[in-house]
Amino acid sequence: MSAPEVMFPEEQRQISSVCQRLHRDANAKAVLLIGRDGQPIAEAGEVGEIDVTSLSSLTAGNVAATGGISKILREKDFTSQFHEGEKTHVHITLVAGRAILVVLFDERSSLGLVRLRVRKATEEMARLFEQVAKKAAASTGPSILNEITDADIDKLFND
Amino acid sequence: MSFINYSSREINCKLVYYGPGLGGKTTNLQFIYAKTSPEAKGKMISLATETERTLFFDFLPLSLGEIRGFKTRFHLYTVPGQVFYDASRKLILKGVDGVVFVADSQIERMEANIESLDNLRQNLIEQGYDLDKLPFVMQYNKRDLPNIASVAELHEALNPTNVIEFEARATTGVGVFETLKAIAKAVLTELRRGSGG
Ligand SMILES: Nc1nc2c(ncn2[C@@H]2O[C@H](COP(=O)(O)OP(=O)(O)O)[C@@H](O)[C@H]2O)c(=O)[nH]1
Ligand SMILES: [Mg+2]
Repeated sequence: MSAPEVMFPEEQRQISSVCQRLHRDANAKAVLLIGRDGQPIAEAGEVGEIDVTSLSSLTAGNVAATGGISKILREKDFTSQFHEGEKTHVHITLVAGRAILVVLFDERSSLGLVRLRVRKATEEMARLFEQVAKKAAASTGPSILNEITDADIDKLFND
Repeated sequence: MSFINYSSREINCKLVYYGPGLGGKTTNLQFIYAKTSPEAKGKMISLATETERTLFFDFLPLSLGEIRGFKTRFHLYTVPGQVFYDASRKLILKGVDGVVFVADSQIERMEANIESLDNLRQNLIEQGYDLDKLPFVMQYNKRDLPNIASVAELHEALNPTNVIEFEARATTGVGVFETLKAIAKAVLTELRRGSGG
């Protein structure tokens, strides 16, 4: 099994604030950042009514499928996708091959504005993911994983 | 790939239920969904055809409780079984942490089981994984049917490496949670081992 991906509080804060800024600057309804395998990482805006877990897994599946299509067509990975709804539109971008940035927007914004703001946000996020990766590679301290005992795992299933 | 968030204090893992079409993968997830308390589960998503056969995947997010203050979240996926959905199966295996193989015990499905297991091994290799090194649990499903192979026969054909195996009847839930617990435990144990703990 490959090493787990990680996120640290410091970068989580910075990534969340990039999401918040993007939400504001793009006049978006909501912004979601998702791990490649569909885990929600950060969000901003009107997400209260959205099933974020489901949306994340479906988006990751969608991005994986689109990646598969691009391979068959011998295209480079499609870096972004746009889905036009009646009221809500969805813009999806890959962030440094590590995460997926989803922007939900409506008539208060436009695809052009979203694209413009997303470009800047993904650059910042890519830098932050780089930082996380460096930190993870350098960290030698006790991780939560080293502390887990057999008893901890068994306790999870005592019912 | 497992994802550990030190900020929200969560461990996320991805489990995939693999096996021949109509073996009972979706039924496993449906039973888990039906028997899990609302706080511990998210919505179950099934991307299915009109005939209710899995088209892309089923997805069920589950929380199993906390370890050392970290919430453990498991994302359960099934793959579509039919041969022509191979491209979808490969995608779903990306980032997998543990695999359950749901075998159909009926004698006439023996070949389909073997083919699907070979397909799993091959697709994992393409993603850079080795089935023998991945947390892996075997389930012999449909034990209630009359025309089934014996467990010894199934074992010989499908489980030469002796991974943990369970008999199941997914429609009534026999063996379903036993299988889930075994794979979840194997994944957490492997995570710890991988970290040198
Ligand atoms: N008799 C019996 N039928 C089962 C069992 N598990 C699943 N089935 C039935 O087998 C069919 C296919 O199951 P499904 O979960 O859709 O298979 P999948 O293609 O692997 O997802 C359904 O009609 C199920 O009700 C079982 O343990 N016993
Ligand atoms: Mg199915």
